[in-house]
Amino acid sequence: MPDLLLELFSEEIPARMQAQAAEALRKLVTDKLVERGLIYEGAKAFVTPRRLALSVHGLPGRQADQKEEKKGPRVGAPEAALQGFLKGAGLSSIDQATIQSDPKKGDFYVAVIEKKGLPTPDVIAEIIPEIVRSFPWPKSMRWGPDSAKPGSLKWVRPLHSIVATFGAEGDEPEVVHFSVDGIEASNVTRGHRFMAPAPFTVKRLDDWMAKLEAAKVVADRDRRKQIILNDAKDLALAAGLELVEDEGLLDEVCGLVEWPVVLMGSFEERFLDIPDEVIRATIRANQKCFVLRNPETGRLANRFLLVSNLVASDGGKAIVAGNERVIRARLSDAKFFWDTDRVNGLASRLPKFAHITFHEKLGSQAERIERIRRLAVELAPKVGAPAALAEEAALVAKADLLTEVVGEFPELQGLMGRYYAEGEKLPPEVAAACEDHYKPQGPNDRVPTAPVSVAVALADKIDTLVGFWAIDEKPTGSKDPYALRRAALGVIRIVLENGLKLRLRETILEAGEIFRLWKINSYFNFDNNIRVPYVLNSRGDYSVIPEYASDGIGFSDWPFIHAASTDLDIFDEIFSAKAFKVEKNGNLYLEVVKNPDTVSRVFSWSNLDSDLLAFFADRLKVYLRDRGARHDLVDAVFALEGQDDLLLVVRRVEALGRFLDTEDGKTLLAGYRRAVNILRIEEKKDGRAFTGPTNAALLKEPAEEHLAAAIEDVKARVTKAVAAEDFAAAMTALADLRAPVDAFFDAVTVNDKDAALRENRLKLLDEIRAATRTIADFDLIQG
Amino acid sequence: MTDPALPPHMRPDRSFQALLLTLQRFWADQGCVILQPYDMEVGAGTFHPATTLRALGPRPWKAAYVQPSRRPKDGRYGENPNRLQHYYQFQVILKPSPENLQELYLKSLEAIGIDLRLHDVRFVEDDWESPTLGAWGLGWECWCDGMEVSQFTYFQQVAGFECAPVAGELTYGLERLAMYVQGVENVYDLNFNGREGDEKTTYGDVFLQAEQEYSRHNFEAADTDMLFEQFRMAEAACRKYLAFGDKGDTHQMVLPAYDQCIKASHVFNLLDARGVISVTERQSYILRVRELAKACGAAWLKTDAGGREAA
Repeated sequence: MPDLLLELFSEEIPARMQAQAAEALRKLVTDKLVERGLIYEGAKAFVTPRRLALSVHGLPGRQADQKEEKKGPRVGAPEAALQGFLKGAGLSSIDQATIQSDPKKGDFYVAVIEKKGLPTPDVIAEIIPEIVRSFPWPKSMRWGPDSAKPGSLKWVRPLHSIVATFGAEGDEPEVVHFSVDGIEASNVTRGHRFMAPAPFTVKRLDDWMAKLEAAKVVADRDRRKQIILNDAKDLALAAGLELVEDEGLLDEVCGLVEWPVVLMGSFEERFLDIPDEVIRATIRANQKCFVLRNPETGRLANRFLLVSNLVASDGGKAIVAGNERVIRARLSDAKFFWDTDRVNGLASRLPKFAHITFHEKLGSQAERIERIRRLAVELAPKVGAPAALAEEAALVAKADLLTEVVGEFPELQGLMGRYYAEGEKLPPEVAAACEDHYKPQGPNDRVPTAPVSVAVALADKIDTLVGFWAIDEKPTGSKDPYALRRAALGVIRIVLENGLKLRLRETILEAGEIFRLWKINSYFNFDNNIRVPYVLNSRGDYSVIPEYASDGIGFSDWPFIHAASTDLDIFDEIFSAKAFKVEKNGNLYLEVVKNPDTVSRVFSWSNLDSDLLAFFADRLKVYLRDRGARHDLVDAVFALEGQDDLLLVVRRVEALGRFLDTEDGKTLLAGYRRAVNILRIEEKKDGRAFTGPTNAALLKEPAEEHLAAAIEDVKARVTKAVAAEDFAAAMTALADLRAPVDAFFDAVTVNDKDAALRENRLKLLDEIRAATRTIADFDLIQG
Repeated sequence: MTDPALPPHMRPDRSFQALLLTLQRFWADQGCVILQPYDMEVGAGTFHPATTLRALGPRPWKAAYVQPSRRPKDGRYGENPNRLQHYYQFQVILKPSPENLQELYLKSLEAIGIDLRLHDVRFVEDDWESPTLGAWGLGWECWCDGMEVSQFTYFQQVAGFECAPVAGELTYGLERLAMYVQGVENVYDLNFNGREGDEKTTYGDVFLQAEQEYSRHNFEAADTDMLFEQFRMAEAACRKYLAFGDKGDTHQMVLPAYDQCIKASHVFNLLDARGVISVTERQSYILRVRELAKACGAAWLKTDAGGREAA
């Protein structure tokens, strides 16, 4: 069976696009072949910086012939109908049609149209130009004289030649003839740009691979990776060092070379004063080189590995020397940054945050940090952190964003904060929080555990969530530009994995309050460009702070409003008014006529807490589902009032899950459902609900008496156990309902003829429902 | 390879000016017009009307020139061995981009003494964009042994207009390249004139004092009131000249208008270096310059050189 070889030879394809392009080419070509009835045995794509190639093997030599029968008119039909049939079927006379008989319809004409299958190369010649023209490059370009014409070919970089051959093993394959914007397919390609630039002809895949290899091109991307990795490890070993493996970098460098040659270079030892992460980031980002570790110290060695694309005539001396020069210059810069950053403390950078916007509607970074600081102080006692340390940590935790090193390497944010905080001898808890308050960044990232880090991490994330909720920028569908889902998951993981007891609603409301204070403050300061010096004291009097009179109010000096709720109500009025005056003792302090646009920008606070809690519940479900928990149980627990302590929710869900796996649990659930079914039917029938206490005097049967007593007893025990947060005990207590419920249904007819008895028994059923409600909403349990 | 018959002071690996002369010579041999620097302060060789404007329209164009480029923010008072607020770019523009542009570029490297059997030259993805010029293109930064020595771009759009045909642009960072071929670690140590002993003039002899003075100027002294005013005036003048030259189907005053666009851009860079433009304002200034560049581009397409008759 013949094979197709296709190679698209171009100028250098960006490394990051190569793997995807190879896969796209394979899929597009094979899909089109199959679509045209050409089934193949296998296909493999190849990609180097200069070529995108595909081999499809085991193709048929041509498409199968196709026979199609076309029914025509009855024999003896009018001439016009016959002519129409002949035209449609492509026949020249009616003699070419056959006649078929049908018992019902009689004799009629049938045309058998034979569609000859095309030779496979013709099909290929048809589909490849289409694919090339519409290839899904992330970015493509025009070039050369043809680019003046509308609709000219686009490719990732200029496309120079195309190889397309087709043939069976042992045969001389034929060139598949087609052209794309003047580029004629042929069997000619080229080798390595510098080491084998002369053109040569190729046959099929094996021949192409072998000739390329001889022309210093390793066509297989995975093999290039393997070569780089093996050579890098060998060189490291020979020097008594370890390669610091880096899959992302490996992916990139294998896309920058056709013939990888790994070489080792070094830099001055003095640069090892710079933190390893900074050295690595410098060498990786700028030079795309690997770094090496000294296995004895665990620290980086003053060596690096570069991957060149050339077997140089001097063995690579000039290449190594050149790379060393550049790395020296880069490390000098890095060292300069590292040294400069440590001259002044982290806190010295804070004023600059006043000029950096966090979000147009959420204020500057300084304002955000101030909010986080306040919330961290609130949270500190709840997570066991000293408030003063949490406050200090919240203030400096983001300061490294303004350091030179982080400016250069944003991925080192947090880590650099820790180094700098340690350097200036800030408390170790503060230093740790600088690094850890960003965590966890994803489902697999480490969760902070130190209380101060936890306080700042929670404050940071909750401030973000509350802020974006307040301005109605919630995630929708796949859109989550501010990574709010990640923030919520972060909060969940921090709380659960640290076993924190935290009332989320309360925390959200606290954060909301801080936001409101900030908004009120920033409203006066910035929104109308009115610099208003004021305070509002707890009695509701306004007074002017003289030192603010000349200038605006800085972020750290919020005119603090003692948050008696009445004070805030006054501000709500101010917000909704179009104009207001502040007078005291007959003096006009302030007159504001508000811009209607700014008035409408006041936050929407209604349902902030329940709305955000629902979001948390959703994320918690996803989190628990990933850990194998039943999401219906999460729903069943969240359906109860006031469930905002994530730790208790989870423990309750777990206990409930275990209980429902037991025989007692299953039977009780069945009994519950039976009770609820009966209730539902009867309540519908009577158009009323049966709630309220049962009448002891009407409990006639021993089984119902027994059940009523059991409910009483179980409810009390469950409530007590839940209050003590002992959910296992609560479930054990609940299990004691099983036998009485079963006995009740065995012995008692609910729908007694006596209406009073019936009502009392229905109320008893409702009591069962009420008893389970202390644990969860059993209606929401599935299965 | 470097011509062995050259006298030592004319060898590109010995002399900064010889490097420049060699590149000029090389591109002259490829049929380029060798222009002299544009007589205005610009941030990059791309601003020269020989690139920005000539890249637009259907007429073929081949030019090469050196362009002093000013980046006020990059000043380091002469203390950084690699950073300058004034440096030279060598700029080549070929429209339409020739089929063998990469080979021509590599030959130019050989001409200045880079042996391609010894050095690892790589084309590493780098998409170029100039927000102030409303321009973008695809191409690479060209690496020699891990050092970026040139920028290689196929212009796709300039001043907001599609390039038809596409021009190829090469930008050589001359100081960097010279440091590499001369084997010098500090830019101020570059041999400028290729002489030795008493006759030797270094890059530092020529430019160190200027770097110090301009750094002071850019960061400390530049008169911001004047600059804000100049920005406003340049912007207004650009619009005025464009309006003056606009004759409907044709345009008669693009180049003087474009000069004002260049001026506005440089004044903005100075203001930026002085730190008097906030983050949000920054974007709006860039936008204002881009609007000027776009208007100039539109006007250029209505001129002869912009291909009005050829179209």
